[in-house]
Amino acid sequence: MREIHYDTIVEAVERLCMESNYFLGDDVIASVQRALEREESPVGREILQEILENARIAREDEVPLCQDCGYAVAFVDLGQDVHIVGGDFNEAIAEGVRRGYTKGYLRKSVVAHPYSSRVNTKDNTPPVIHVRVVPGDTLRITLAPKGGGSENMSALGMLKPADGREGVIKFVVETVRKAGANPCPPIIVGVGIGGTAEQAMLLAKRSLLREVGQPSDNPEDAALEADILTRVNKLGIGPQGLGGRITALAVQVLSQPCHIASLPVAVNIQCHSARHKEVVL
Amino acid sequence: MRIHTPLTDEVVASLRAGQKVLISGVIYVARDAAHKRIVEAMDAGTPLPLELQGQIIYYMGPAPAKPGQPIGSAGPTTSYRMDPYTPRLLAAGLKGMIGKGNRSQEVKDAIRKYRAVYFAATGGAGALIAKSVKKAQVIAYEDLGAEALLRLEVEDFPATVINDIYGGDAYEDGVRQYAIPD
Repeated sequence: MREIHYDTIVEAVERLCMESNYFLGDDVIASVQRALEREESPVGREILQEILENARIAREDEVPLCQDCGYAVAFVDLGQDVHIVGGDFNEAIAEGVRRGYTKGYLRKSVVAHPYSSRVNTKDNTPPVIHVRVVPGDTLRITLAPKGGGSENMSALGMLKPADGREGVIKFVVETVRKAGANPCPPIIVGVGIGGTAEQAMLLAKRSLLREVGQPSDNPEDAALEADILTRVNKLGIGPQGLGGRITALAVQVLSQPCHIASLPVAVNIQCHSARHKEVVL
Repeated sequence: MRIHTPLTDEVVASLRAGQKVLISGVIYVARDAAHKRIVEAMDAGTPLPLELQGQIIYYMGPAPAKPGQPIGSAGPTTSYRMDPYTPRLLAAGLKGMIGKGNRSQEVKDAIRKYRAVYFAATGGAGALIAKSVKKAQVIAYEDLGAEALLRLEVEDFPATVINDIYGGDAYEDGVRQYAIPD
């Protein structure tokens, strides 16, 4: 049994909050650069260049890429041979978020009560925490801050099994079409297929942790990703919705078994400021 | 084209969907919660914390300023959430809005009726956009934190005209030009 201390987790999460908000991933930058080669719209190309310039400023000045520093979502893989000592594990993540968002000059975007007083908690807590227990003696924490603008464009479809593959494609493409300019295109389309309603949504979000543009390991899912991407980029929405070829940088699918009666499809849209950083303790 | 605030009817009439502008002068910042309070003040007949006539409201909630900086990252938020409040503000003299994303038909109609303009700034380019903000000051609703009402002084703030007084819509134009039928 390996021990990991509360303080170690707090410090790691604090750092992840800042780094994820300041430093756009190399995979995202490379993906925007590839998009720049393919975008035909002059306005679209200008926007893609602004995105690269923005990433450069954020990195050099250590300021957030986007003023919306997101809801702090932590994906945790907890090794079953790890023993957390020195305090409450969930509180350690929350304290890391509190410190990271405060020390890092990150915007606090959480309100305490969703449908009434909506008072800002002033420290961006509580985080959302997804824990999986896995074999081993390490603790992997991936922090994925998520902006409200793209998250608001999420959709869940409980399709009929008869709808099949084409039904899945239509649902995803229609969700992107309806989102239009709102989620800050070019976007990354996270798609979760199968499981139950809540599991499909979690798969959709988890798919966004993958390197942008890297196809699924599952050949059938990889083919579906390519087909959806082609259809999405025919919509013409383009960078920032001003028209163009690149509405999405990538489509990322995760699928799993589901009930004989169901075909759940969840879409979680990620803006171009695709932020996630991980640490293994 | 360079434009200055407050916006005159002549300037608004000269703007066309798709046109790029650089805005200088004073603009005000308000998003969801501040809009709610402004409209509640209108309903109650109490004085507003800003004079709306000819002004531009920027839908934004900045990141905190680092020491020595006027503001933190400062890009636009999605505009449709302000749609329920917007016609009221336009009726009271507001001339411009900066945000990102599509507006409702009611807002587009109000833009024509009250001769106003809706601009978009590049969403997710908050670090870049912050460079055009020279000064920022909270003028009301400080308790709202990131959603407080601000007064900004901006210089060459980059934006694109989305909806003009002639019914033009840069988002619709863009999709029309680039969509490929299945």
